[in-house]
Amino acid sequence: MPWFRILFLGLISLLGFNNDIFAQNTLVSPQDFTAFDTPNDAGGSVSLTWRVVPENNKPEVPYLILAATAPDGPWFEQTTLVNLKSDYPQYFGLSASNKLWSYCEITDFKQSLTDDNPKPITATTYFKLAVTDGSKTLGFSSVVSAMHQGNWFDASKINILIFVVIFSFVIMFFISLARKNPDLFIRRIPGLDAIEEAIGRATEMGKPILYLNGLDGMGSLSTIAATSILGKVARKVANYDSQIKVPCRDPIVMSVCQEVVREAYLEAGRPDAYNQDNIFFITDDQFAYAAAVDGLMVRHKPAANLYMGYYYAESLLLAETGAAIGAIQIAGTDSITQLPFFITTCDYTLMGEELYAASAYLSREPLQTGSLKGQDFTKGLIILILILGSLASTAGITFLVNLFKTF
Amino acid sequence: MIKRQLPLLIAFAMGVIFIIQFFIPHQISQDLLTWVNKWLMIIGGISLLLGIYSLLNFHYLQIFRNKPGWGFSLIMFFSFLISVVVGFTPSLINVILPLPESSVQSAEQVKEWYRITGLKDGSSLDWIFRHGITPLSATMFSIIGFFIASAAFRAFRARSLEATLLLLAAVFIMLGQTPLGGMLWSGIPDIMTWILSTPNTAAKRAILFGIAMGSISFSLKIIFGIERAYLGGKN
Repeated sequence: MPWFRILFLGLISLLGFNNDIFAQNTLVSPQDFTAFDTPNDAGGSVSLTWRVVPENNKPEVPYLILAATAPDGPWFEQTTLVNLKSDYPQYFGLSASNKLWSYCEITDFKQSLTDDNPKPITATTYFKLAVTDGSKTLGFSSVVSAMHQGNWFDASKINILIFVVIFSFVIMFFISLARKNPDLFIRRIPGLDAIEEAIGRATEMGKPILYLNGLDGMGSLSTIAATSILGKVARKVANYDSQIKVPCRDPIVMSVCQEVVREAYLEAGRPDAYNQDNIFFITDDQFAYAAAVDGLMVRHKPAANLYMGYYYAESLLLAETGAAIGAIQIAGTDSITQLPFFITTCDYTLMGEELYAASAYLSREPLQTGSLKGQDFTKGLIILILILGSLASTAGITFLVNLFKTF
Repeated sequence: MIKRQLPLLIAFAMGVIFIIQFFIPHQISQDLLTWVNKWLMIIGGISLLLGIYSLLNFHYLQIFRNKPGWGFSLIMFFSFLISVVVGFTPSLINVILPLPESSVQSAEQVKEWYRITGLKDGSSLDWIFRHGITPLSATMFSIIGFFIASAAFRAFRARSLEATLLLLAAVFIMLGQTPLGGMLWSGIPDIMTWILSTPNTAAKRAILFGIAMGSISFSLKIIFGIERAYLGGKN
């Protein structure tokens, strides 16, 4: 039956079941081997890339990188690579075609594979890539060269730069809007409204107010926000002729707080009532600080405790002791892990961004409220992008999601 | 005037410089960051003297004015003195009371401990830390367990719809974390996982977005001198 034989051979040919199948274990020389300065870095590194070849791309096939200071050698073995990495989006972008390339970064020049004291690359270096079967070299690439240099712009952060510029313009726009129309609406924040009530209560009871700035130093935004609120609170305290105690964990924060409270008392026309000893340093040890503040609470029984700033595991130790002595408690933190503890134990809690908004809310200055409006507008924009991004991802379009990737 | 304008000028200049620095990977930019960070550490170290003065002054006044709890201030002075003496005579305590071999920590943990604290193995300050500060800190930390129980007792009362939801979520999470939950009903661990991964994560992300927006806006206000309350006085 010749027609059957012809059909059978045709089918085999279509399935690719021909003589080449026996050659599939043959390794091929590295292809499109290139060397270049690693982009977006401080310098000191050269990147090597070559095309992924299915025949070679197996864990049992190691690549060997050789380097030399001259194009004709002598060549020194640098490193052996197995399980090759591909797709390095922070350097090469998020294009799907990047998966077709393998890459390797070289930062040092070795005299041999076992050289324990490699020297940094200082001049143009020549590279050669070899495929091996573990014992002998089976094929070399062409010789390529590169020299590293520091870069003056990190292109992988371009999306962050664009967002910062847009966000800054939005904030500035709303600030200028607030200058023209100072009566911008800001939603009520009960926690901040309650500060006045807490100070009044403390005055009536003749007891002090305890104000904590969190456990971070002055380099933390939440501590800066806390000291801003402290200024407003201290002014009210001075007006009511009450007393405020500020135990600090950081000596720099203590100095700033002393200055802020002193200025607040001056503004209130009560410089005589200011007592620097009420703003004092305790210790920088987390639990020793918590123990000392708990001791203060138990001995002095403040009428109001205000916890602003960033907190760690000691938040519950502080707030639960405050609840036990019956003080009115207001907390404000951007520490997401400690928020539940404050919500459980305090009368009012400023959550996350409300801590940053507090200064604007209490001052009601157009410049400050304008920035709040700008912040809300950007949040609305982000919600819109989130919805669009979710829909696009569901439809298999990753462009919008990739725009917001950070490296 | 200059007392107020100079800090604002410094804040503006440093803010702008370090926003730009974030986008420059060059070695010069990295060196600038390292240099400023070193200065921050030096200032932090010097400011500790201010802290020590404040601490001693506060406790001196407590004792001098015979305020409630002045005895604790006396203990503080005593502890401070011991730490200073021991710090200047490194092997004093170690000669009298040699440090026992740690049976709890692995060699890596012990190495990491010395790296973090900067203490020398077997020194007298190390002895004080191991036998004083560490157990005292552990004691304070362990109290959190009891405080969580008392806080939960107050919070988990079904007084309103929100409180009831909180109570239900807490029951599922607590049962789901223990073998008992799975034994009672195999669906409890799944409900726990869903609560943690879906509504909990969604709420956390919403708060995180707010924090991110708030911190950028607040930073801009500081850089451009709109927020200046941290300097004291009127905005």
